[in-house]
Amino acid sequence: MRIALPLPAMRRLRRPDLDRVRWLLFGSRARHGLVFLVVLYALLVTIGFVYLYPLLFMFVTSIKSPTDLLNPMVQWVPTELYLGNYLKAWRVLNYPKTLLASVLLSVIPSLLQTVVASVVGFGLARYRFWGKRLLFALILATFIIPPQNTVIPQMLTYRELGLLGHPLALILPALLGQGYRSAIFILIFYQSFLSLPTVLEEAARLDGASERRIFLTIAVPAVIPAYIVSFLFSTVWYWNETFLTSIFLEGGVTTLPMQLSRFVQAYERLYPPGTVNIFDRLNEAVKMSGTFLNILPLLVLYFILQKWFVESVERTGIAGE
Amino acid sequence: MTTRPLRRSLLTLRTREALNGYGFVLIWLVGFALFTLFPLIETFRYSLHQVTVTAEGIRLQFVGQANYTRSLFTDPNFVELVIGYTIETLVSVPIVLIFAMIIALFLNLDFKLKGLFRTIFFLPVVITSGPVIKELVAQGAASAPGIANMPAVVEFLAQWPRALRNPVEYLLTSFILILWFSGVQILIYLAGLQRIDKSLYEAAAIDGASSWEMFWKITLPSLSTVTVVNAVYTIITLSHFSENRVVRYVYDRTYDVHGGIGYASAMAFLYFGVMLVLLGLVFVLLTRRASRR
Repeated sequence: MRIALPLPAMRRLRRPDLDRVRWLLFGSRARHGLVFLVVLYALLVTIGFVYLYPLLFMFVTSIKSPTDLLNPMVQWVPTELYLGNYLKAWRVLNYPKTLLASVLLSVIPSLLQTVVASVVGFGLARYRFWGKRLLFALILATFIIPPQNTVIPQMLTYRELGLLGHPLALILPALLGQGYRSAIFILIFYQSFLSLPTVLEEAARLDGASERRIFLTIAVPAVIPAYIVSFLFSTVWYWNETFLTSIFLEGGVTTLPMQLSRFVQAYERLYPPGTVNIFDRLNEAVKMSGTFLNILPLLVLYFILQKWFVESVERTGIAGE
Repeated sequence: MTTRPLRRSLLTLRTREALNGYGFVLIWLVGFALFTLFPLIETFRYSLHQVTVTAEGIRLQFVGQANYTRSLFTDPNFVELVIGYTIETLVSVPIVLIFAMIIALFLNLDFKLKGLFRTIFFLPVVITSGPVIKELVAQGAASAPGIANMPAVVEFLAQWPRALRNPVEYLLTSFILILWFSGVQILIYLAGLQRIDKSLYEAAAIDGASSWEMFWKITLPSLSTVTVVNAVYTIITLSHFSENRVVRYVYDRTYDVHGGIGYASAMAFLYFGVMLVLLGLVFVLLTRRASRR
């Protein structure tokens, strides 16, 4: 054992300035030093830039006029704010119609999925019954099984029933708890209900309340944050999901991402390549405008409700074991 | 879990409780049978048949394992795509995990402008969709700015053997893309970090541990379960992603006149198998390392 105590004390006596500088630079247990802060912010800004880069790139490209695009001097600052790309992309995407379809086809299944997930989560969290472990395994399995392993028979059945292309094709699975990534939401609700004290429910049960009533009047109001977080994530995931939608809605309703994925064909139908002048040909600026229009509603939603997204951790105890 | 005051009629109470429980999960069980189990079995059946879709319905003609042997031994693309997918996944998962952990550690600190950075880091959660990513990749917005195209780097890489070069090239060209898949993982890590008992750090600090030591001895071991969850989540997201080349290939083959549905089903099952192997591999690796500590 060496005794190191007197040394710093002596130094502090002799050179208070140096010590103060050290404290400023390297901090103490209670406070971050300057060096640490500089490194931290440098890293944060770098990583932040990496994340923002595609978005910035998309936005800057989308407002470039055809002459700016051809001009190699114009990289990040366009010479003018050119909105022609957006006008074209708006027409090509058939924006109002596809936007409405996208909103409805992400909000409705999400609502149903959230409600069903909460019911199932409550059942798992509150009751003991045989086969619960198996049930958990099956729920996890629905998350793991790739959609292409189950989608073809569903598609064929829908075709026979004449539901292919109909919104019901997406709504029915959500209604029965088999919506997109429903396992995650069931686990979120399971965790939320598990972390609730059971005292109130016990009391209600002794007073003769039915299980349904206990669930609706006691449990549900206590986990409202879980409902909001689940609904938001579900909406966003449904919005961005294109594999299932492109199969189930084929030949019927067109959502925004679906229309974006066939942007080139749609563009050429509106502006046939041979007939339009050079400035109206399809270029990356128009494509980027289309992409930006595609994510704009989500960006708006995110910036308004971002607290619910980023604080979902604290509010729901996501990340189940 | 729930304790019952009436011990005498335990059996009937238990049965009633179980019945109530089944009542709550019944809707899910019905859905599971209809939308997962039945289609899964049906897809497997298709994979053993030659499937023809006619106006009246579908016609099945038993071909045994022909669809499987065709995808494994005759198809020029499938095996190569699956190998590419395996490499890409194995490269992406550690990067996503490390990055998500670093960002979560940052966001767990207190500093000014934290809210702003947090908003930026979670952006990918909101906007990562197949067509958007596809457009961004096509425009070159997804590669690490500049590095992959630098002549020095290209020449340097050209000397490497192909098995080594592919992962590195993938890393350079899709760096941002990989990072964009780490949104939810950051959330999960943050949750894990916030669950670590603060008194552990205080005790370590009193014993004279540096923050470096505390990270390796307290933070990292406490995050091992969360890391497994994250690894599994990452693999599944990457494997289900609609712009994944294997997924696209299988999807395109579904509408082929020759082979079509039966062949695509066989490939879907092979792909599922590879995915399960990857999941198992990562799971074993991570849990072994965790238990050794």
